[in-house]
Amino acid sequence: MSETRGWKSWVTTTDHKRIGQLYFYTALAFFLLGGLEALLIRIQLAKPENSFVTAETYDQLFTMHGTTMVFLALMPLSAAFFNYIVPLQIGARDVAFPRLNAFSYWVFLLGGLLLNSSWLVGPLFHAGMLNVAPDGGWFGYANLTERQFSPGVNIDFWVLSLQILGISSLAAGFNFIVTILNLRAPGMKMMRLPVFSWMTLVTSFIIITAFPVITVGLVFLLFDRFFGTHFYLPSAGGDPVLWQHLFWLFGHPEVYILILPAMGIVSEVLPTFARKPLFGYPVVVYSGVLIGFMGWGVWSHHMFAVGLGPVADSVFGATTMLIAIPTGVKIFNWIATLWGGQIRGATALYFAVGFIAMFIIGGLSGVSHAVPPADLQQTDTYYVVAHIHYVLFGGTVLGLFAGIYYWWPKMTGRLLSEPLGKLHFWLTFVGMNLAFFPMHLIGLLGMPRRIYTYSPDLGVAKLNLLSTVGAMIIGASVLVFAYNLWRTRRHGAVAGNDPWQGATLEWATTSPPPVYNFTAIPKVETRLPLWRTEHHAAMAALPATPPEPVHVPGGSWWPLVTACGLPVLALAPLTHTLWLAFVGVAILLAGIYRWAFEPFEA
Amino acid sequence: MNHDTSLGLDSRKMAFWAFIGSECLLFGSLIGTYLVYKGRSVVGPYPHDILNIPFTSVSTFDLLMSSLMMVLALAAVQRNDMRWARIWLFSTALLGMLFLGGQVYEFTSFVHEGLTLQRNLFGATFFVLTGTHGAHVSVGVLWLLTLWWRALRGKLTSANAMTVEITGLYWHFVDVIWIVIFTVVYLIQ
Amino acid sequence: MLFPDDARTLDAVPLYRSRRWLILSALTVLGCGGPFPQSTLAPMSGYARDIDGLFGTVFKFMLIVFVVVEVLLLFTIFRHRQRPGAAEPRHTHGHTVLEIAWTIAPALILVFVAVPTIQTIFRTQAPAPAGALNVRVVAHQWWWEYRYPDLGVVTANELHVPVGRTVDLELTSADVIHSFWAPRLFGKRDVIPGHTNHIIFAADSTGDYLGQCVEFCGVSHANMRLRVLVDSDSGFAAWAKAQAATPAAPAKNSVEQRGQEAFRRYACIGCHTVAGVSAGTIGPDLTHVASRTTIAGGMLPTAAAMLQKWIENPQAVKPGALMPRMGVTPDDLTALVAYLQSLK
Repeated sequence: MSETRGWKSWVTTTDHKRIGQLYFYTALAFFLLGGLEALLIRIQLAKPENSFVTAETYDQLFTMHGTTMVFLALMPLSAAFFNYIVPLQIGARDVAFPRLNAFSYWVFLLGGLLLNSSWLVGPLFHAGMLNVAPDGGWFGYANLTERQFSPGVNIDFWVLSLQILGISSLAAGFNFIVTILNLRAPGMKMMRLPVFSWMTLVTSFIIITAFPVITVGLVFLLFDRFFGTHFYLPSAGGDPVLWQHLFWLFGHPEVYILILPAMGIVSEVLPTFARKPLFGYPVVVYSGVLIGFMGWGVWSHHMFAVGLGPVADSVFGATTMLIAIPTGVKIFNWIATLWGGQIRGATALYFAVGFIAMFIIGGLSGVSHAVPPADLQQTDTYYVVAHIHYVLFGGTVLGLFAGIYYWWPKMTGRLLSEPLGKLHFWLTFVGMNLAFFPMHLIGLLGMPRRIYTYSPDLGVAKLNLLSTVGAMIIGASVLVFAYNLWRTRRHGAVAGNDPWQGATLEWATTSPPPVYNFTAIPKVETRLPLWRTEHHAAMAALPATPPEPVHVPGGSWWPLVTACGLPVLALAPLTHTLWLAFVGVAILLAGIYRWAFEPFEA
Repeated sequence: MNHDTSLGLDSRKMAFWAFIGSECLLFGSLIGTYLVYKGRSVVGPYPHDILNIPFTSVSTFDLLMSSLMMVLALAAVQRNDMRWARIWLFSTALLGMLFLGGQVYEFTSFVHEGLTLQRNLFGATFFVLTGTHGAHVSVGVLWLLTLWWRALRGKLTSANAMTVEITGLYWHFVDVIWIVIFTVVYLIQ
Repeated sequence: MLFPDDARTLDAVPLYRSRRWLILSALTVLGCGGPFPQSTLAPMSGYARDIDGLFGTVFKFMLIVFVVVEVLLLFTIFRHRQRPGAAEPRHTHGHTVLEIAWTIAPALILVFVAVPTIQTIFRTQAPAPAGALNVRVVAHQWWWEYRYPDLGVVTANELHVPVGRTVDLELTSADVIHSFWAPRLFGKRDVIPGHTNHIIFAADSTGDYLGQCVEFCGVSHANMRLRVLVDSDSGFAAWAKAQAATPAAPAKNSVEQRGQEAFRRYACIGCHTVAGVSAGTIGPDLTHVASRTTIAGGMLPTAAAMLQKWIENPQAVKPGALMPRMGVTPDDLTALVAYLQSLK
């Protein structure tokens, strides 16, 4: 049966709250690593013709920075909240498939470790350390990533790790779709679902539809690299542009996978701290759904320079501009939520408002990319680097920080320090604007991205130095944040069930919640169950102890065992060792068999 | 478990439907690539040189029949007729294996006629598409044999009807995908 | 003034002058005075100006929306901040008219952006008019090859074009995907193996314009630079004539002749063409290498010391460079450099 303490209880856990914490700390560690890579990149670019790192190292740094932040930091940080918060918000005892949930986490961890092991294992492949990490960019454009032009194992690590990470995301996607559709507490109709859970649902749908496409793209690349096919090789009639279509068919929805959860968090934080319901709830929900759909019709705006012809450019320019409408609607609804409120200036609110302020900038520069001719001057320059960082740092990261300050008390039972939080916010805010705003100008003045050195003639040296200083300030802000987390775990003020007077169900239970979440499953009558509204009283407090015994499923080893099969399988092509493939498949089959037939529910 | 705010559909079944939706995108991308690269091979053999429509029609029929067996197996499990359930489960797996045997034969003869993965774009797209499908059939066969084995040992009863139903869902999906592949690759050349 | 020869361009387009000054004054405050030879904001061709004008329109809308929304946001959080003893806020759930209004407002702005966008797309991607100068650009890791089929000229990295005449660049790649870009003259266009793309432009005035590869293409992507030299009509004609000529053979027993022998002996001929001497096609054509201002993909000026540095160890200059270290002895190196410098 399940244990509650010790390392075994963690590796066999199927409790969504524990898995949420595992996701949280693992993603935070990868976030630090990706940030360190960013700092090294910025040091190299602080002055023209710098020789802090070599060209080869630089290529690995920017590739790993992008891949790490997207797949190992931001997505899993969102997943940490999906795991911890969604079952609480919908009034469920756990997710629909607790073991599948554990499997998602272990696959993510092992995939992340495999990817990052590439920094250290060079000697095993007759190369130096820091020599075999992926170096083809997070977008891995064929045919540069083909064996002919990238003979080392660098790209192999990238392809295989991404395949593994995709499995983790897909499994999580299925799980949360079913959880949200099927496990809602009585009375929690879809239009009473908290916006964060709604955005989790939309994100999960995007994940299960977008990841198969990149899987196929990566399979083709694997076959080209290992079995001599010519999917992306023009010499035999193949077309490297096919990779771009497959990659961006996945890649643009992926952007919404990254931003929608943060939008969901902001839609939770603003009402709580303004003490007002979310303005235009159905509009915010539907615009999120609409963004999810429209994300599928815009991929070619990443390819305006490819030369798809004026008709395709016009169509994709127009569809991309259309996305600005639901996005703008969300922003206006958020501001209207704040309007007329009693806004309490907690750190979570600071980050949520910072999200809106910064996301506007990212959104507006996005409109200028939607204009194909303008994009021909902007794409692949630092202007785009500025844009994605306003969206993914100013947007996603600030949104996730808002979520951390908001839900940390629920997760640990203690409040994060507000003064340290404010310091963290202002350092982040100043740092990110210093780091990323000059990049707009650097790009417009003609500096391409993904270059390890630049000529002093371009006249962008001082702007680059400024950007580097900003990056260092972001680095300092993260240290303040880490100190705040570390200090608070023991010495933070005790939070109580509901430190912010929130409206949603996660605040109805204790902080941290018991393993069964709720002593009794709450009955939901309004969209804001814990608030008194015109027609409804606030929900009555839950009983202190469960009125009837609650069944909690035990732990299981099999998700972890099954997950281990995947990296073993990946090692087979990586090391050209056939028997490892058989071992990997055997582990997978055995794991799945035992998993399927273990008496888990009993 | 089932109250007004769940969709009333078994969670495992719902997850499986989501999985099938996801798989549609996987096969959609593979089939799309096959179509995009159609006629772009710079050397032969080309599809009309090598595809054996009568032979593959037979194996397509075989797979269709296996779907019928699957329906009968589920019906038998649901009425707790385990003797017939075992027979039908095994027949489904057997027809699946027959299909796989046909595919092995087809692949081997194609290789002998000079069509390999490396030969041209037709070879690459054809083998990866039909190979991915074949891998799905193999997983299905393993799954069916597992159920059959458990049925033999008396561990499969009508209480497991949902497991068999989901197996069927997968099996029918794999079958339907084959119909699409057969149409796109073999019939419309 | 951004560039001395920029006066006409700036005055001709008052529409977006305000933006340029905004950005320029921002740069001046930061102490970065320029010049900015690779700037997208100082267009010097009809094509680049077209894009710049469109970006100007978009930028105006961006600026207005930015100011309105950020001010609204800041005003809201200031005005509605918590005050001690204030009553609980009224619960409002939405407002249909407002929702419709802020759906339509951005849609309207987007119409004003979309119409000129689509017009510009079709204008800038129109086929080249008859009489355009055709240049075939072939991208290599990590240098550019230019072929003028009508003039019998082959050169590398430095593209010469005549002022005012429409040029049709035909872009193909010998290896991976690159992207051709000289921002003051034209927007970038990817150079993709198996595809043929076009850039069509006519430069406004003579001068030297910088550009570089903008699609990540491997280790020395950063070092794949280029220059567009816009010549006067007569200057271009003279250049083309000189380039099409076969260089004179070096004098007997001269250091250049020893250099030419070394050029053969060290297998340079396997990769490089020098008209009348060799026909290699893997590296740049060196027939008139000394007439170019830079070598090594635009990284080094064409001077004896730089040529030496390059030949001695290409990878030290340009990481990953495909040209091997040939182990040229010091004597041979001097002769080789002298020979190359004679190829004017």
